[in-house]
Amino acid sequence: MLKASNKTGLVFFPAFDWAIDPTHPEREERLLYTQDQVIEEGVFDISGIIEYKPELITTRDIRRAHFCVPDEKSITTESHLISAGGAKAIANAVLNKEVKNGFALVRPPGHHSMRVSHGGRGFCHINIEAIMVEYIRSHFGLKKIAVIDTDCHHGDGTNDIFWHDPDVLFISLHQDGRTLYPGTGFTGELGGPNARGSNLNIPLPPGTSTEGYLYVIKNCVLPVLEEFKPDLIVNSAGQDNHYTDPLTNMNFSAQGYAMLTSLLKPDIAVLEGGYSIEGALPYVNLGIILAMAGIDYSGVVEPDYDPEQLKQSVSITDKIKKTTDIVNNYWKGRNELRQKAGTPGNFEIRHREIFYDTDNIFERQKEKIRICRDCGGCFEIDSSASTGNHILGVHIPINACKTCIEEGYRLFDQADKSKFDQIILQDRTKDIYEIK
Amino acid sequence: MIIGIDVGGTHTDAVLLSSSGIEKKIKEATDSTDLFHTILSCFKKLLEGVDPKKIKRIVISTTLTTNAIVQQDMNPVGMVVSAGPGINPEFFRTGDHYYCVSGSINHRGREKAPVNEMEIEDIAKKMKKAGIEYVGVVSKFCVRNPSHEIVIKRILNKHFKKVFLGHHVSGNLNFPRRIATTHLNAAVFSLHKSFFEAIKDSLMQMGLSIPIHILKADGGTMSLESSMLFPGQTVLSGPAASIMGAIPYAPKKQDAIVLDIGGTTTDIAFLVNKTPLLEPMGIQRGRYKSLIRSLQTDSKGIGGDSVVRIKDKELVIGPDRKGPAMAFGGPEPTPTDALVVLGLMPDGNKENAVKGIHQIALELGISDAEAADKIFKKCCSIILKKTFEMIDKINSQPVYTVHEFLEGYKISPRKILLLGGPAPYFAKKIEELYHIKTIAVPESSVANAIGAALARTTCEISLNADTEQGIVTAHEEDFAEPISKTYSEDDLIETAHALLKEKALHSGADPDNIDDVEVVEFQKFNIVRNFSPKGKIFRTKMQIKPGLINGFETILPHP
Repeated sequence: MLKASNKTGLVFFPAFDWAIDPTHPEREERLLYTQDQVIEEGVFDISGIIEYKPELITTRDIRRAHFCVPDEKSITTESHLISAGGAKAIANAVLNKEVKNGFALVRPPGHHSMRVSHGGRGFCHINIEAIMVEYIRSHFGLKKIAVIDTDCHHGDGTNDIFWHDPDVLFISLHQDGRTLYPGTGFTGELGGPNARGSNLNIPLPPGTSTEGYLYVIKNCVLPVLEEFKPDLIVNSAGQDNHYTDPLTNMNFSAQGYAMLTSLLKPDIAVLEGGYSIEGALPYVNLGIILAMAGIDYSGVVEPDYDPEQLKQSVSITDKIKKTTDIVNNYWKGRNELRQKAGTPGNFEIRHREIFYDTDNIFERQKEKIRICRDCGGCFEIDSSASTGNHILGVHIPINACKTCIEEGYRLFDQADKSKFDQIILQDRTKDIYEIK
Repeated sequence: MIIGIDVGGTHTDAVLLSSSGIEKKIKEATDSTDLFHTILSCFKKLLEGVDPKKIKRIVISTTLTTNAIVQQDMNPVGMVVSAGPGINPEFFRTGDHYYCVSGSINHRGREKAPVNEMEIEDIAKKMKKAGIEYVGVVSKFCVRNPSHEIVIKRILNKHFKKVFLGHHVSGNLNFPRRIATTHLNAAVFSLHKSFFEAIKDSLMQMGLSIPIHILKADGGTMSLESSMLFPGQTVLSGPAASIMGAIPYAPKKQDAIVLDIGGTTTDIAFLVNKTPLLEPMGIQRGRYKSLIRSLQTDSKGIGGDSVVRIKDKELVIGPDRKGPAMAFGGPEPTPTDALVVLGLMPDGNKENAVKGIHQIALELGISDAEAADKIFKKCCSIILKKTFEMIDKINSQPVYTVHEFLEGYKISPRKILLLGGPAPYFAKKIEELYHIKTIAVPESSVANAIGAALARTTCEISLNADTEQGIVTAHEEDFAEPISKTYSEDDLIETAHALLKEKALHSGADPDNIDDVEVVEFQKFNIVRNFSPKGKIFRTKMQIKPGLINGFETILPHP
């Protein structure tokens, strides 16, 4: 009889009645064929695979990871709350040790949503992994978490949320930003002054195949994880690196995804993008599920799979090796980079402009972070958007030192109410969210 | 008049119903080595002094196939399985003659790799040499496109007595279950056929020439003729018969629990507005999982004859049965003995019952009456605990749309209906302990036979339309028709309804009892490729729900 060697939890929430709009890639049909494949294969009947019902996340859950403007309700639909709730349900199952690992096959995705969210960008409104990670830290007290984003697009939202956090290792493998949305995620983007090197970006050239992906996993991601020693590994399992994906230009395969999953051994995988809904998703998702459950996946091959045709060129292989070396060097030098980043006690200012392609919103940010050697550092974000909304968000990290807590409260108390629609304090040490 | 017979593991119950009520009721011991005689003897007793011409309907529920499975007394079956990409089909091996062959159909029903006819011919030779007479053919995604199964059958047909195809089993996806179900149908076919042909002949000799209906696991009936193709559907019809027998006493527009307390086990089921809940995918019992439509029932190894013992100073009841209660000559104390000791049950030898319970009382250091009460309470709490676990499980079943997630129905039972021998004694205690209105179904010892007698024909249709590929199909019914791009959901529902009625009548339904139609599932998707709409996919499942035939509920006794 077929039995999973790892007890694996699954949340399957295809949101068959929700779409951004009728012909948008993020539409009702997206997981239909995946569902057909998974059900036809009898996956939910396999002993050791347990299907969970998603939960509904609360405003409180969102407020650990985001400043939603004007508020949570205005920028989310029920579908977002259930999708994030799917990840939360898996987190509960894994952290309560009901299962060894789990996969949330949910939509809509979330990894382009940043800490401040004025609406939809890159098909995402709220960041489902970040909300889950913050939930886990608050409820289960885990300290070090690694988020490995294997979606073909740079996980710029997750990158932004954990930018200043030395306790969350974020690694994104993606198609080179010069050739694909969102246009970021270069090797030099390493995280804020207090967290340099805990954000690693690995841009890959178009045409990267299974060989290239697995090279990066083996030669960069796994050694870094080995050293970081996370309490939990999360995989943002986007599936748009597939050779049939209509939005990207990579040559990854179902077998490759399954092998990647076996190597990475994520505790929790969360579905992100992936828009080759007929040719890729049914096989890739099946491959990932079997790999997580420790079941033979050698038969999970796309009907038209031809490894010879998908082989990557020597020049691509060289480029990938070079990128890997660069990233590894940054990782090795992370402590030095942090030392050089600034004088403790000072504030560093960063200006940014963010475009929300899905909702057509333009946002300007001025971020001010306290340089700190003892924690991630408190910071404030002054954010104004083309919607007319203007807020100030103050963040105190969950592992904040005493000074950063005090400084955070000072920033909040001193902020001038007449200048902003809302001034918000996100104090993660006490798990509170206060608006004045 | 109507005859209903339910052959159970220990007892066979039979009733003769007329428009004025229960005319006759019979309870016989089942001779599991000769079910044929058990059934015939029931018929003879029911028909004594009755004009056979007055009998308008016969429904039989048997354990024939269930026994065959349990005793592994089945025909060897050859299985030809075509999987394509995915989980290794070797995992679903049904026996020695199991062949995985090339060919592949994808989730949209498109052919990805052809059948290798030479390979099939070769396998046919091997199976023939091994003496195989019945073969099952199952291809992955055959419910989207059965052409490979049909091609393979054409090659095999001339070599074997009968070839069973996976796409006829169910419109539902689930390849491993389809393999198991197809195998089961093929494996019990000859047993079922010869048994029921013998029954039919004997009934003819008694002057009963009306069609015979067979009870299925979903609480509905099918004609003897349709049962020949799907004998597996008769598995576990026993629990279904009991649940159907409880329906007349279930509250309208409310949920109810049905507990059938037997000798060894208690079956648990639920009624929502007088309709039993169905298993989402099909019968499953332990490792055995199928696509056989079934009422959602579960059983707990506890009943009136369960052995009561003390283990580590704790009272333990069941799950084994060593014989009847001591009050009825059995070897070990049982919950029934507790009932006798408490004076709740007037039958049986009280002296023997006390003897058994006294042992337990001594070990617990309490009085006989206290021990009996403790056993009785524990019995109730074990049954109810399992029931509440089932409710939680049903209420946490995953859903796949935002709408269902937010509006999803949650069952919250307001009434408990008890069936089986000890039912009348349990009702008061359960109500006292759990504050839920609890009644023993009148005539509870033959309610299962009444349920079988009054069950209507049920069936389900799965219809898929794909306007991009220009086809609407219900492969389970061998139905496929071309459609235009403008095919609408109304067209789909109309087609489904017509197919459903046709199927019901074909399965022996009375035309007056086919109107309780329900759309179980409806889904609509736009197919979009390269940002432009290419067509639509519509899917629906429609059923005639399990329920009772019209006009008989009022004749039954009321509590």
